[in-house]
Amino acid sequence: MKTSTRCVHPASGRDPFGAVSPPIYQTATFRQPSAVEFGEYDYSRTANPTRALVEEQIAALEGGRHACAFASGMAAITAAARLARAGEEILAGDDLYGGTIRLLSQVAPRQGISVRWVDTTDAQAVEAAISPATRLLLVETPTNPLLRIADLARLAGIVRRRGVLLAVDNSFLSPCLQQPLALGADLVIHSATKFLGGHGDVCAGAVATNDPELHGRLAFHLNAEGTGLAPFDSWLLLRGMKTLALRVERQCASASRIAELLAGHPMVREVFFPALAAPAAREVHERQASGPGAVISFTTGDPELSRRIVEAVRLFTIAVSFGSVGSSISLPCRMSHASIPEELRGRLAPPADLVRLSIGIEDVDDLLADLEQAIVAARSSPAPPADTTVAVCGAPL
Amino acid sequence: MTIPFAVDLDVDPSLATLAIHAGTAPDPATGALLTPIYQSTTYVQDAVGAHKGYTYSRSGNPTVTALERRLAALEGAEHATCYSTGLAATTALALALLQAGDRIVLSDVVYGGTVRLFQQVLARFGVEAEFVDTADPARLEAALRRPTRLLFLETPANPTLKLTDIALAAELAHAAGALVVVDNTLLTPVLQLPLELGADLVLHSTTKFIEGHNATVGGALITRDADLHERLAFLRNAIGAIQSPFNAWLTLQGVKTLPLRMERHSENALRVARFLESHPRLTRLLYPGLESFPQHELARRQQRSGGALLAFEVEGGEEAGVRVMNRVRLCALAENLGAAETLITHPASMTHAAVPPEQRLVTGITGGLVRLSVGLENPDDVIDDLRRALEA
Repeated sequence: MKTSTRCVHPASGRDPFGAVSPPIYQTATFRQPSAVEFGEYDYSRTANPTRALVEEQIAALEGGRHACAFASGMAAITAAARLARAGEEILAGDDLYGGTIRLLSQVAPRQGISVRWVDTTDAQAVEAAISPATRLLLVETPTNPLLRIADLARLAGIVRRRGVLLAVDNSFLSPCLQQPLALGADLVIHSATKFLGGHGDVCAGAVATNDPELHGRLAFHLNAEGTGLAPFDSWLLLRGMKTLALRVERQCASASRIAELLAGHPMVREVFFPALAAPAAREVHERQASGPGAVISFTTGDPELSRRIVEAVRLFTIAVSFGSVGSSISLPCRMSHASIPEELRGRLAPPADLVRLSIGIEDVDDLLADLEQAIVAARSSPAPPADTTVAVCGAPL
Repeated sequence: MTIPFAVDLDVDPSLATLAIHAGTAPDPATGALLTPIYQSTTYVQDAVGAHKGYTYSRSGNPTVTALERRLAALEGAEHATCYSTGLAATTALALALLQAGDRIVLSDVVYGGTVRLFQQVLARFGVEAEFVDTADPARLEAALRRPTRLLFLETPANPTLKLTDIALAAELAHAAGALVVVDNTLLTPVLQLPLELGADLVLHSTTKFIEGHNATVGGALITRDADLHERLAFLRNAIGAIQSPFNAWLTLQGVKTLPLRMERHSENALRVARFLESHPRLTRLLYPGLESFPQHELARRQQRSGGALLAFEVEGGEEAGVRVMNRVRLCALAENLGAAETLITHPASMTHAAVPPEQRLVTGITGGLVRLSVGLENPDDVIDDLRRALEA
């Protein structure tokens, strides 16, 4: 079955009334057949029928046998990070979502896990960085927010020889464009808040795998730490994923046009978008993914100008998150990546003049016109009052 | 952060009023009496960084905030954080306050999921957990002689209902430099106020009495200490173990009847306990509200009433206990407590299966132990159901 068909036809469960949209099992507990025999479900923290459907669907879309759905993308990454124990090490890409960096730099070390950052676009550097303590390699490709490309099949080959697990955060592309398990990854992680849910109405995360033992350990942590996705949110996610293929197709097409406009714009210094990447990176991306995705970032050479562009848009909303039906714009350094600790900012923080766009499904001409007017307005507007930028890092996400 | 639903009451309101009004006010835009369900992941910013208190629902959500304010008010505190489940709250507590090499002392009888979390998850990350009989001040004092970061109490303890003197334990812990958290799930603030007794933090599985309708799983941590709260909020955001807005809304609705329900739960449980106490087949009965309960005096001192939970054994041990559980009709055999429905549970194989067998036996969680969470039905119907099951 093709991915777009599977999006529309998730497993239906066993609803006795044949409801096409599955029921929301908003229940904490389940009556048991007897005191010593258990039914399939006993307690919703452990497993819930609505959550099971969304897990089955995400696993199917990723070409995996198993998936666990979590309360948020960070809860999913937390569970994956649990595969390393005290004394072991996680290798992580050096351009990652700020919340992932916060987890790995401020939470994991307190549990005795060491974390090292490595340029995952450089397979030789990754191989050299692996030590006997390394348990897990965590990769984003394209990375957030600089859209750098890592060669997943090559990394998978390297880590397999060294007994290290490869976890790929696929939130930027979704399984419609890239299926890391087929490329050799052991785990695929999602912030399902993004493209999978797609409607900005649910925070959710997932980890899919083909390995029953790894899945068992993730399910154990989901249950033991109580971080599973709520039934109503599971249902919203199932509903949202019906249009995943359609949305992503449109979002890719619109993003490509917008990236081209930006690349030719005199006020834009550099555009980061897989379809416009350097030939080697582009070749890798096109080999392992079937589209560029819908996130674009660009620099202007001037943080003030970038800020004014972000604030001059009308149709794009200034908001964190990406992958939704509505287009959004942000300054990663001050928003999604504001949580990177001070001591790591020099190495891991995105450039201050970087603007990140997530392209939605509005008419692309409206989006192009909005960006055009915002750039014109930003160029001609006077310097802003100094205090408008003061509190930007006050609410790390 | 601005809180859109603050309500200021001039008088010091009673718990029954707080349960309905604390933390919420009519929606400023429409006047809707009930807090809207903010099923939104993100929030528009007027300019970069210029937000209205909310930026991303993992960091904060107005519906969840309303519930947090209400739960804090009920426990007599200023701060609360809600979580996806009770165990997620325990996880956040441990990750926020303990690091590799730190030590926690816990009551030797606690919910089985708490035991699993410390023995099978956090132990792997270098956190040392010692389970001691916190009901015995000498043993507690001895355990606290080694450097201890946190004392975790569950009183009454699930499922044997053993009590710990919170004020005394808090005094010992504070003298030893440890913080004290009380899992108040079984009694709720309606029947016990741990912060008033000296605890630093209160933990809830809101899945139980707080939401009360068996409709959600959720957790909460409540404190008066702004610094502790900050550390918890940071950790929750970092690990993303958040409560969903819809579950927060259901819990806001459910908690409105908490004072009413807890009063009735306790009345009904006492009626059922008196019936069981007089029944010839019973060999062991544990209910803090009964005069025959060994720690009844302590229960009178630190609880408003006995609560909904009782545990018993019948002659014939495990086999006979299982037969009773399989014969009940009205009581639902299910792994939960604190709902409107009376729930009957076999702790050894269900809620406490994750506790090592030797720890179960030492602490009285025998194979024959039956746990009953007495619901809101007419207690005579529950008694009839139990009588039929006991005498069949």
